[in-house]
This record gives sequence, C-alpha cells and structure tokens, in this order.
Amino acid sequence: MCLAIPAKVLSIEGDNAMIELGGTQREASLMLLEGVSVGDWVIVHAGFAIEKLSEEDAAQTFALLKEIMESGSDEVH
Amino acid sequence: MKFIDEFRDPAAVRALVEKIRRDAGDPPMRLMEVCGTHTASIARSGLRSLLSGAVSLVSGPGCPVCVTPDGYVDAAIALGHKPGITLTSFGDMLRVPGKRSTLEKERAKGIDVRVVYSPLDAVALAAAEPDREIVFLGVGFETTAPAIGGAIRTASDRKLKNFSVLPSVRTIPEAMAILARDPEIRIEGFLCPGHVSVVIGTQPYEELASKHHIPCVVCGFEPLDILLAVSMLLRQKKEGAARVENAYPRGVAPEGNRKAREVIAEVFAPCDTGWRGIGVIPGSGLRISDRYAAFDAERKHGVPVIFAMEDTPCRCGDVLKGKILPPECPLFGKACVPEEPVGPCMVSTEGTCAAYYKYGGGLR
Ligand code: SF4
Ligand code: SF4
Repeated sequence: MCLAIPAKVLSIEGDNAMIELGGTQREASLMLLEGVSVGDWVIVHAGFAIEKLSEEDAAQTFALLKEIMESGSDEVH
Repeated sequence: MKFIDEFRDPAAVRALVEKIRRDAGDPPMRLMEVCGTHTASIARSGLRSLLSGAVSLVSGPGCPVCVTPDGYVDAAIALGHKPGITLTSFGDMLRVPGKRSTLEKERAKGIDVRVVYSPLDAVALAAAEPDREIVFLGVGFETTAPAIGGAIRTASDRKLKNFSVLPSVRTIPEAMAILARDPEIRIEGFLCPGHVSVVIGTQPYEELASKHHIPCVVCGFEPLDILLAVSMLLRQKKEGAARVENAYPRGVAPEGNRKAREVIAEVFAPCDTGWRGIGVIPGSGLRISDRYAAFDAERKHGVPVIFAMEDTPCRCGDVLKGKILPPECPLFGKACVPEEPVGPCMVSTEGTCAAYYKYGGGLR
C-alpha cells in the first residue's frame, strides 16, 4: 500500500494539481508540498504530492553510481 | 520515462551486479529491507537470486497492512455493523484476516465498505453523504500518516460532523531498532525505506548507525537504486563504518518533508502500539491528538482496538522479522495462497509471502 510513484504536474488550481500518473490523469493535493509548478515531477502517495523530484538530484545518483563503479575491487581480473 | 527508465537500464544493472559480486565478502552480508515496495521490486527484478552468495537480502516488516493486528480488523468490522456507518479503506485492507472474518466477507453480508484511493476521497464522500457516518480506515506508516492527517485537517476545516478515522499508524525507526537488537536476526545493514524517508528524512536512522553500529542507506525503488544502496552498504562494511547515507537523493532530502511532518505533529501524538507478529513496540504508533478527538473513530464510536498476540499457525511474525523465508511456513502455497490468504503477508503483491509466491524467492 505504500506505492508512491513519480508523476508529472499538468495544471494547478489552488491546493490541487492535475497530474499524469502512468498514462492516466488524476487529482493530487499539494497540501503537503511547497513551491510546486506546472511541469514539475512529484512523488504522489495516497492522493498527496509528498516530494518534488529534480533532475539535478537524479544526476547526483548517477554520480554516486559512477563513483561506486570506478572504486577499486579487492580482486584483480 | 524520466526518473524511471534510466534506473532500470539492464546493462548498468548487470555491471553493478558484477561489481557487487566482486566486492562481496564471505559470508554474505545480511541486509534487511523494511519496505514492502522494496520487497516487491527485489522479487520482480530477480535481485535476490542475482546477488545470492554475495549478499543475503532479508525482508522485514515492510507493509503497514501486514503488521496491522487482527484486533484492528475486528474493530473495523464491529464498526461496519453499526447502523448508518460507511467504511472507507485502501483496497488491500479488505482481505486481511481478523480473528474470524475479513472486511470483504462482511461486505458480502451487507456492511458498507468502499475502496478509496486517497483519504481525501473519504472526506469528499462525507461531504456528499451527510446522512451517513463515514469512517476511514487509516492504516499506514510515515508515508501515509501526513495524508491521513491532511484529510482530518480538511474535514475539520470544512466542519464535517460525519467523518472520522480509525487509526492504525506506525512509525518505522522504532521497529528497526527492535529488529536490530534481535540476535537471531543478525542484521548487518538496513536498506531504509525510501518513501518513509521522504517524510522523515535521514536523521531518524542515526541512532541505528551510532548505537547499534548498523550501516543504513536510504534506498529508492528501481533496480539500480537498490543495487546502489547494496554496494554502499558493502563499502561501509569493508571500511568497518556504520553511517547513514542517502542513495535516493532525488526523493529524499536530509531533513525530510517539513510540511508533512508538521501535519503529523499537529494531528497525531506518539503512543505505544502492537505490531502483528512482533508485539508491542513502545513509542511506535501514532494516535489522533486530543485536539482532533472528534475525528477519532475509536473514541467517537466506542470501538476499542484490542491488541493481543494472535494464536494462529501463520508464521507471518517470523517472516516479518526475517527469521524464516515464506516457503518455510507450513501453510505457504498450500492452505495459504493469494486468493485465500491466511496471513496478511499473502494479501497484496508487496507482501513477502505473496512476492515469493508470485516470483519465487531465488536463493537467499
Ligand atoms: S499487504 Fe501488501 S501493501 Fe499491504 S502492507 Fe502487506 S505488503 Fe504492504
Ligand atoms: S505463507 Fe501465509 S500463513 Fe504462512 S507466513 Fe505467509 S502469510 Fe502467514
């Protein structure tokens, strides 16, 4: 039940957003999140947007991945 | 899709799996995931068998539905049988067994249970049907708590007199501490739940790292996210370190979601609570605060939720604590199947037993 999924914000009216979630449109409350704009990606859970996703942070994960991949191993190949 | 496909790239998954296998020590590091969505994602992508021999992935109490005691289901059923009451619930609660029955079976006998996608839908229903008392079955962890709190606040703002919540909200770090202390489980690292962490941030895991010396990495849900977290945990073990790290920065800010935490603090108050299969864990529950007592179904309708350790052949407790794998339960796949679950772990796709049943477990 803790399924939370990235969704794209299509429009905003007051505390409510229309979002696109896996091909369908749905309403989500923005009550729990500040500074959301149209075009943003948010994590939606139980009808509420709970976090904004940024490409910068996603890039940070790839940087972490790269660092891990390039770190030395114990074994020689 | 942005934020998803990149994190499923098969070539990168393969490379990372190889890297982990190269770096792994012997015996395999024992890691626990404490989130049902991780359990399901690990099962779906076959990571457990890809990593077998290198790390051993053990499932913890990953799902709020799974750890909701049967006494809660019984209280919900009792409530549903009162005249004028409509129960609203997330779908996966319907088949969770209480002591004698399930909400689904009672619905067939005539109680009014409606599935909603958001607790706000239940508030909207209360506004639309003022003659009925709408009760939302508020089951969840920290991810869901702000949504339930937000619904209560909305109902309060709209001065609705016919909306209340039967709360069953649990907080994860306290349960992780209990599991960390259990010598039978021998956890060497935690894959911290990503969406719980969206709300609570990374700080609540500090004590696990410092006091119990267990490395903690906050983890996203795509295969690369999980593999990244696993490799960070291995790296910590190699260094002899136990820190809290974040492998899911696109979702989790170190301080979590301040607004969501404010709603929780306003609407709920901490309490001791019972976990199905585990027992009472002090300070691990959230009850509705006195300020919002009018929206507390337990107080409003006098249906106390009674916790007792259940007496059943279901081994969910041991599954939830990572002590046995689902196939080691004598009922697994025989008396207990997804269509007719005996225990809650078989109920929804994120349940450990259901995930094993559907995808097979691979080797530990
Ligand atoms: S039934 Fe499924 S969704 Fe619900 S808590 Fe258990 S695993 Fe999670
Ligand atoms: S197989 Fe069924 S009875 Fe056994 S532990 Fe899992 S849910 Fe419980």
